[in-house]
Amino acid sequence: MNWKFTLPRIGAALIALIGISMLIFAIARVMPGDPARIALGPNATEEQVATLRAERHLDAALPVQYWEFVKALSRGDLGRSLYTNRPVTTDIAQFLPATLELVLVSVIIMVVVGLPLGALSAHFRGRFPDHLGRLIALLGICTPAFVWGVILQLVFGYFYPIFPIEGRLLESTPVPPTVTGFYLIDTLLSGNLSAFGDALHHLILPATALALAGIGQTARLTRSNMIEVYAKPYVEMASAYGFRPWRIATRYAFRPAFIPTLTILGLECAAMLGNAFLVEKVFGWPGISRYGVEVIIRKDLDAIVGTVLIIAAAFLIMNILVDVLVSIINPRIRLSQRKS
Amino acid sequence: MTREPVLTIRDLHLAFGRWGRKSNVLHGISLHVGAGEKVALVGESGSGKSVTARLAMGLLQESRATHATGSIRFDGIEAVKGGPEIARRRGNRVAMIFQDPTSALNPTFKIRGQFREVLRSAEPRLSDAEADRRAEAALAEVSIPDPARALDSYAFQLSGGMNQRVMIAMALANRPELLIADEPGTALDVTVQAQTLKLMGDLAATRGTAVLLISHNLGVVREFADRVYVIYRGRMVEHATTKQLFAAPRHPYTQALLSAIPKISGGGLPDLPERSPDFERPLIVHEGCGEPAEVV
Repeated sequence: MNWKFTLPRIGAALIALIGISMLIFAIARVMPGDPARIALGPNATEEQVATLRAERHLDAALPVQYWEFVKALSRGDLGRSLYTNRPVTTDIAQFLPATLELVLVSVIIMVVVGLPLGALSAHFRGRFPDHLGRLIALLGICTPAFVWGVILQLVFGYFYPIFPIEGRLLESTPVPPTVTGFYLIDTLLSGNLSAFGDALHHLILPATALALAGIGQTARLTRSNMIEVYAKPYVEMASAYGFRPWRIATRYAFRPAFIPTLTILGLECAAMLGNAFLVEKVFGWPGISRYGVEVIIRKDLDAIVGTVLIIAAAFLIMNILVDVLVSIINPRIRLSQRKS
Repeated sequence: MTREPVLTIRDLHLAFGRWGRKSNVLHGISLHVGAGEKVALVGESGSGKSVTARLAMGLLQESRATHATGSIRFDGIEAVKGGPEIARRRGNRVAMIFQDPTSALNPTFKIRGQFREVLRSAEPRLSDAEADRRAEAALAEVSIPDPARALDSYAFQLSGGMNQRVMIAMALANRPELLIADEPGTALDVTVQAQTLKLMGDLAATRGTAVLLISHNLGVVREFADRVYVIYRGRMVEHATTKQLFAAPRHPYTQALLSAIPKISGGGLPDLPERSPDFERPLIVHEGCGEPAEVV
């Protein structure tokens, strides 16, 4: 690991995270509505509301509240959700793995389908496979993920009921003991192969719905970057020196074209975490994205701040990861870093 | 004893374009390069010299916008329509050296991997160790001081002159019949260009490789070639031995080219009866000698 390259990026990410925490802390508190009143319901007395407000420091000045938040955070405490009435950390621990699992599988589908689709399009540019590939990509991009969700449910859950349309497991399948919270991994760890199959079966439709826009995006990016690289002298040189067209498409043109694609892919993955809520809603997927939207509607202050921070952290981690990956496949960046 | 020429191009016509819009680029080019011969193809930018070379290697025919007719005989095959036969000969029977060596090498792979690929275009089953051994030997031959280190470098870590040597080594590694050098080293400074050209010529000579040098630099051509073809706007306007050409140019264009060589005592560039291309109607070449290229 090249720490000289990575450490400054981690530092910058931490500073960004502090900024985000202040921002979301303030935004959550200026939204209209009294969180204590919303939490206790219309039948609660004024005294009860006042007690809750005092308990949560809601009457104190904003900086004081933030200071309380930071003190709690240093103990690993993100506060208590007024909606689930549990510590926010418990909620996140429960909901985050479901979303991560969904997003990871989506990203795998996106890369495995999108990259070859784009590379093929570029290879056959102007001919039939290219037109087909671009049509698929365009359809993927211009149709929102939740519409895909409903379409997939109709086609593969209703007309041809081959996939379940809701939840992470069948009622009859025992929930695996929690190790990672990823059902695909936990079921394998518990040695229950039929449960693993069931978890995978439940994942395919929502993950595909979430991945389709990304597939289109990836395919288009890969295509345009590949076409740009095909015009470079080093690709002509590869042809002139007898490199096989297949080797050029998969290696000598692909790697330089993949560098700019990877940067966007990383952002795409991170954005999926936040965008997953519509798919989670459609497929009854108990994930953090749906949780985030519900707590925002209920003005559940601690839960909002906690969820946003987690998703922001995921974004930042993704960014660092992409930078590191790009530096690995792009020798120019890697070597210039080593020199400085 | 006269051997059959390595490359024979006869009445080569080329048009680019699709869907009825075509622009004619070559109007009946004929040339031949004998075994071990050094031939130069001279002309200004856009005269069609580079496309002629690329057609000979089958590099342009894959595009549906390329319409080539006539005949390109190389190594016992007909290459005017491109295809797998000529593709199989690239890198081992015919190789090419490019204008800018640094941008002609892939920036994301080390020289080692690219060199292996070149060697494997002739021998697909070559082992890594054997390929590296041959690559190092080839680099040593072009006077690269530390071949192993050069192999472990990326093109952007080497100088332009070094990259040019790497290209020459790659081009000659499989002992091709014909080497096409497309304005080699124009991107380099003149001294390095002259050095690498001499190196290329010497190596080609010891191997008996024929060279087709494409250039607009008559100084370079005079040093290098046995015979010269002058191409102007898609037509061959003159063909002579280098000596003849420089002593007594026949075609007015060649005369103009020769008098355009800057002389220390001279009064600068002569005025050519030209005007700028008309950008409103692209693809129509300015008036010179002969009819303008037709736009269909």
